[in-house]
Amino acid sequence: MSATATAADSRPMIELRNVNKWYGEFHVLRDINLTVERGQKIVVCGPSGSGKSTMIRCINRLEEHQQGHIIVEGTELTGDLRNIDTVRREVGMVFQQFNLFPHLTVLENLTLAPIWVRKMPKKEAEEMAMYFLGRVKIPEQVHKYPGQLSGGQQQRVAIARSLCMKPKIMLFDEPTSALDPEMVKEVLDVMIELAREGMTMVCVTHEMGFARAVADSVIFMDKGEIVESAPPTEFFANPKSDRTKLFLSQILGH
Amino acid sequence: MSDAAATLKSLPQSGGFNNSPLAQWVKANLFPNWWSTVITLVLTYFILKFLFGALSWSLFNAVWSIEGTDTEVCRELKGIGACWALIAEKHRFILFGTYPFQEHWRPALLIVVFLVLYGLSTVRALWNYWLGVVWAAGLLSIGILMWGGVFGLRFVEQERWGGLPITLMLATFGIALAFPLGILLALGRRSDMPAIKAICVAYIELIRGVPLISLLFMASVMLPLFLPEGLTIDKLLRAQIAIILFAAAYLAEVVRGGLQAIPKGQYEAADALGLSYWKKTGFIVLPQALKIVIPPLVNTFIGLFKDTSLVLIIGIYDLLNAAKTSTIEPKWQGFSIEAYVFVSIIYFVFCFAMSKYSQKIEAELSHTHKH
Ligand SMILES: Nc1ncnc2c1ncn2[C@@H]1O[C@H](COP(=O)(O)OP(=O)(O)O)[C@@H](O)[C@H]1O
Ligand SMILES: [Mg+2]
Repeated sequence: MSATATAADSRPMIELRNVNKWYGEFHVLRDINLTVERGQKIVVCGPSGSGKSTMIRCINRLEEHQQGHIIVEGTELTGDLRNIDTVRREVGMVFQQFNLFPHLTVLENLTLAPIWVRKMPKKEAEEMAMYFLGRVKIPEQVHKYPGQLSGGQQQRVAIARSLCMKPKIMLFDEPTSALDPEMVKEVLDVMIELAREGMTMVCVTHEMGFARAVADSVIFMDKGEIVESAPPTEFFANPKSDRTKLFLSQILGH
Repeated sequence: MSDAAATLKSLPQSGGFNNSPLAQWVKANLFPNWWSTVITLVLTYFILKFLFGALSWSLFNAVWSIEGTDTEVCRELKGIGACWALIAEKHRFILFGTYPFQEHWRPALLIVVFLVLYGLSTVRALWNYWLGVVWAAGLLSIGILMWGGVFGLRFVEQERWGGLPITLMLATFGIALAFPLGILLALGRRSDMPAIKAICVAYIELIRGVPLISLLFMASVMLPLFLPEGLTIDKLLRAQIAIILFAAAYLAEVVRGGLQAIPKGQYEAADALGLSYWKKTGFIVLPQALKIVIPPLVNTFIGLFKDTSLVLIIGIYDLLNAAKTSTIEPKWQGFSIEAYVFVSIIYFVFCFAMSKYSQKIEAELSHTHKH
C-alpha cells in the first residue's frame, strides 16, 4: 500500500512525450516534451500563434493530439472517453474569455458541475461554493448573473468554479489578457495565493511579474516548439536562444 | 382640405394644444410636407370608409336571429348585413362537429381542461415535475371525456369527434411532440457522428421539401400499407403523426439557428468541467439557444396551430371543416363568410394568446439574464 502511495506521489502530474499535432497541413505542435511534477507551477509564454493554447488544451483534451503521449496523473489521454472523463475531473481550466454560463447565477455556475458530475448533495455544493467565493473575495456577488459583474470579478468566479471541482491541476490560458489593466492584479493575487497553497499549475501568461513570483519553470514556445525552459531567474537574466531574447525584449522593452 | 391646410399653417405660431407633444408628433409624422399630407388624407379616407363598411356589415345591419327556419331576412340583406343567426343556430355544430348532441358537455369540458392546462403551463413557478403530473392527468381525463365507455359515459367513436376539440388536440400534441423531436433533429444535424448527421439532414430536407397536404395524403393513404396486417391506426392519429413529422423539420431548423449562436467557449467550459454531452446540452446549450429563438419558435407554433386546418382535405372535421360544413344545408347556403369569420376569431384568440405569452416570457428572461 505505502509503496504504491509513494509511487503515485512521485510520478509526474502531467507528462507530454513527443507530442505532435496538425491542423490539416499546419504543424501546430512539434515534438513537445514537458513534465510537470506535483505542486510545480509552469509559466508558458511566447508569441501569438505559437501554439501555447493548443498545448494546454491538449492536456484536458479540448484538443486532440495526433502523435506522442499525454499522461495526466497516470491516465493516458487516448480516444477512450472514460479516460477523458477521469482526466477532466482532475484538471480545472480558466479561459481568457471567462466562459461563465450567462443564464445561470454565480452560485449556479459554481454548483452545477459538483452536483451533476461529482454527485454532491446540493446543500453541500452550495456551502463549498460559498467557501470558494470567499477565497476569491466576492462572496457578496453570489446571486448575481455573470453579465452583472466586472471582468475581474467574472474571472475570479471562473477560478472559483474550477476550484469547486477540487482539481489537482489548474490550467490557465491567458487569464488576464481580456481584462482592463486595473483588474489584472485582483486576478493575479488569487492565482498567487493558489500557487502558494501548492496547486499544480500551468499558466499561459505574459505577466512576467507573476512568473517571477511563483513559477518553478518558465517555458518559451515559438512556432509550435518549446524553445527554452528554465527557472525564472535564469530565464530572464540569461535567455539562451535569440528568439527568446527577441521576445523578452519586446514584452519587457517598455 | 382647406381646413387642414389652415391648421397646418397655424401650427408653428399658436400656443396651447398646437404646441403639445401630441400635436408636434402629428405634424412631424403625418403632415411634414405637402405630399405626406396628401397621402395621410387619402389613407385616412379609405381607412374610415373600410371601418364604416365593416361595422355596418357586422353590427349595424346584421341579422342576429331568425323566426323559425326562414332565412329570407338574411338573404335580403346579403352583402349589406351579416347573418349572425347562422352562428346562433350552428355554433354547437361548428364547435363540436357531429359529436352526439346530448353529450356536448364532454367536448366543452375538454376545451376547459385544455385551457386550464395551458394556463398552468404559463406559470413559471410550476415548471417542475408537477406540471408533468398535471398534464398526464389532464390528458387522461381528455381521453375519458372524448371516448367515454367508462364511468357510465356513453362510448363515442372517433369518427364522430369534431370541431374545436380536434383542432386543440392536433395542435397541442403536435407542438408537444414535434418540439422535442425538432430539438433532437437539430442536435443530430450538428452531431460529430456522420451517420446520425446524415439521417437528420436527409429527414429535414425531405420533409421541408414537400407540402403538408401531400404528407397528410400519404399518411392517410400510404401509412396503412406499411403496417402489418390487422393493425390499423385511425385517421386522426395518422393526421396527427403527419403534423408532428412535418412541424419537427421546421422546428429543427429554428433550434439549429439558436445552437449556432452559442459561443464555442460555452461548450469548452462545460467540457472542461467534465459535463457529459447530455448534461452540457440540457443545462448549458439548450437553455441559451432556445431563449434566443423564442420569436421564430412561437412563429412556427402559430403556423402549426393554423396548419391543423389542412386535415379537412382527408375528411377530418376540425374547427374549419365544421364551419365549412355548417352551411351545406340549403337554407344556410351562401352564408359561409359568417361561419369563417366566427372560426377566424377563435383561431385569432389562440394565436394572439401565444404571441402575447411569448413576448411576456421573453421580457422575463431578458430581465434575469441581463448581459
Ligand atoms: N481550430 C483550428 N484550426 C486551424 N488552425 C488553428 C486552430 N486553432 C488554432 N489554430 C492555429 O494554430 C496556431 C496556434 O494557435 P494557438 O495555440 O491558439 O496559439 P497561441 O495560444 O500561442 O496564440 C495558430 O496559428 C492558429 O491560427
Ligand atoms: Mg492563445
